[in-house]
Amino acid sequence: MNWPAIRAIYGFEMHRAFRTLLQSIVAPVISTSLYFVVFGAAIGGRMTSVDGVPYGAFIVPGLIMLTLLTQSIANASFGIYFPRFSGTIYEILSAPISAVEIVAGYVGAAATKSIMLGLIILATSALFVPLRIEHPFVMVLFLVLTAVTFSLFGFVIGLWADGFEKLQLVPLLIVTPLTFLGGSFYSIDMLPPVWRTVSLINPVVYLISGFRWSFYGHSDVNPAVSLGMAVVFLVVCLAAVARIFKTGYRLKS
Amino acid sequence: MTPIITIANLSKTYASGHAALKRVDLDVREGEIFALLGPNGAGKTTLISIICGIVTPSAGTVTVGGHDILAAPRAARRLIGLVPQELTADAFETVWATVSFSRGLFGLKADPAHIERILRDLSLWEKRDAKIMTLSGGMKRRVLIAKALSHEPRILFLDEPTAGVDVALRQDMWRLVRRLREQGVTVILTTHYIEEAEEMADRVGVIAKGEIVLVEEKAELMRKLGRKELTLLLHDPLPALPPALAGHPLALSQDGTVLTYTYDAKAERTGITGLLTDLAASGIRFRDLQTRQSSLEDIFVDLVKDRA
Repeated sequence: MNWPAIRAIYGFEMHRAFRTLLQSIVAPVISTSLYFVVFGAAIGGRMTSVDGVPYGAFIVPGLIMLTLLTQSIANASFGIYFPRFSGTIYEILSAPISAVEIVAGYVGAAATKSIMLGLIILATSALFVPLRIEHPFVMVLFLVLTAVTFSLFGFVIGLWADGFEKLQLVPLLIVTPLTFLGGSFYSIDMLPPVWRTVSLINPVVYLISGFRWSFYGHSDVNPAVSLGMAVVFLVVCLAAVARIFKTGYRLKS
Repeated sequence: MTPIITIANLSKTYASGHAALKRVDLDVREGEIFALLGPNGAGKTTLISIICGIVTPSAGTVTVGGHDILAAPRAARRLIGLVPQELTADAFETVWATVSFSRGLFGLKADPAHIERILRDLSLWEKRDAKIMTLSGGMKRRVLIAKALSHEPRILFLDEPTAGVDVALRQDMWRLVRRLREQGVTVILTTHYIEEAEEMADRVGVIAKGEIVLVEEKAELMRKLGRKELTLLLHDPLPALPPALAGHPLALSQDGTVLTYTYDAKAERTGITGLLTDLAASGIRFRDLQTRQSSLEDIFVDLVKDRA
């Protein structure tokens, strides 16, 4: 294992985040705080509790997931896309470093950043609403699994994209809608039965449901199923990345 | 001397169908400066990119320091430093950070003293905390060299090192390359500037249309293929070439004062004795004479023209 190389890539990516503190940390925290103000304080005050949890607190796990998904993808996709765009990728490709090490560096850094963001938002939300976390270990497990999985997904997007527009395409067209329809702001039990069934094909439903269970002990789907699905997504993304490196897709001609 | 790079039967055809390399065989000796000379699009960068692991070969083998680049990429790549043709560097990073990054990427522990030495050698020390985007083109080129040297390579590839570079940097670079060779580093440079190969190289390989046309010791190449010119400055201008000299490949300058005789330096009979005898017989006297060995450039143009 070429540890110095992993450390170099990881350090480079983390340094990029701190260099661009405003975009990478301050901005997502502010935008998520707006959700608390609008949904939690303004609207939530007039809503009944969901499963015995005040609405403002109910949406916290969903909002953290929303940030986790979008930031993991944004960080990881940009991290690998930019060297391809600028040409500095030559050095990564010519270095004595394996695909596993490249992915560990880029995806590790992207996941670290989004986990940090998730924790900051969790801490911020505690200022607005009463929180409780019944299963902290499971909570961290979901946090890490989701961050790593979607950072891998972002890495794939960063390799696939051949322009800055495409980098935005998947997050905007697929991930954000799936997150909003995945029960960030409601329990899918609130939906008519038909739509509840349709929702079950949305992978994000499992992540949000399981994550919320770790907070309040209530979930739309069995938390074991949620965890199982999270692992399945992780494996799918790992397989995609492995395939890309095997074929050299978009990396080598 | 044992080769440090052995290339056998190497071909590359891109997905577009373009055959960039055709069955290339080449050995590079340890410790030499090897110049790969060829026009744009000849396959120089493709060849380097394959050796460095950036492009996948279609067929053939390459070993670097005895390690096959596909079977043992780590061992092979550790030996290699690459300075690419394009000025690609992380615009937002500092010089120090990007050079240290390269060292880490190649699996070496941080060594600030080594990085400092390189930056000083390349006159980058004053700029170590400057962001790369604030540097001039020549400075960026130095940064790329520093990155390649940061991990103490045994082989250094310089892809078009002096394209768009001013005289001062070019001379710095040549000094650096010579110093590296003294340390035993093998240097492979691609260029389409003949004077670069002529000035620097121990051996020259000429590549055209994806094929190695010739590999030769530089001196040998120039001796073997060199045509020579004998220039005679005449005492009295000639209105035209006298018929008695028609048998010689001669050219008369417009003002009639300079006669130029072109001959093959490697031929057994250069015809110079015959020419001088005939000149004397025609009563043509000359004030001065000089011979000139043709440069690599002339040789190169001849070679590439023949393939076209």
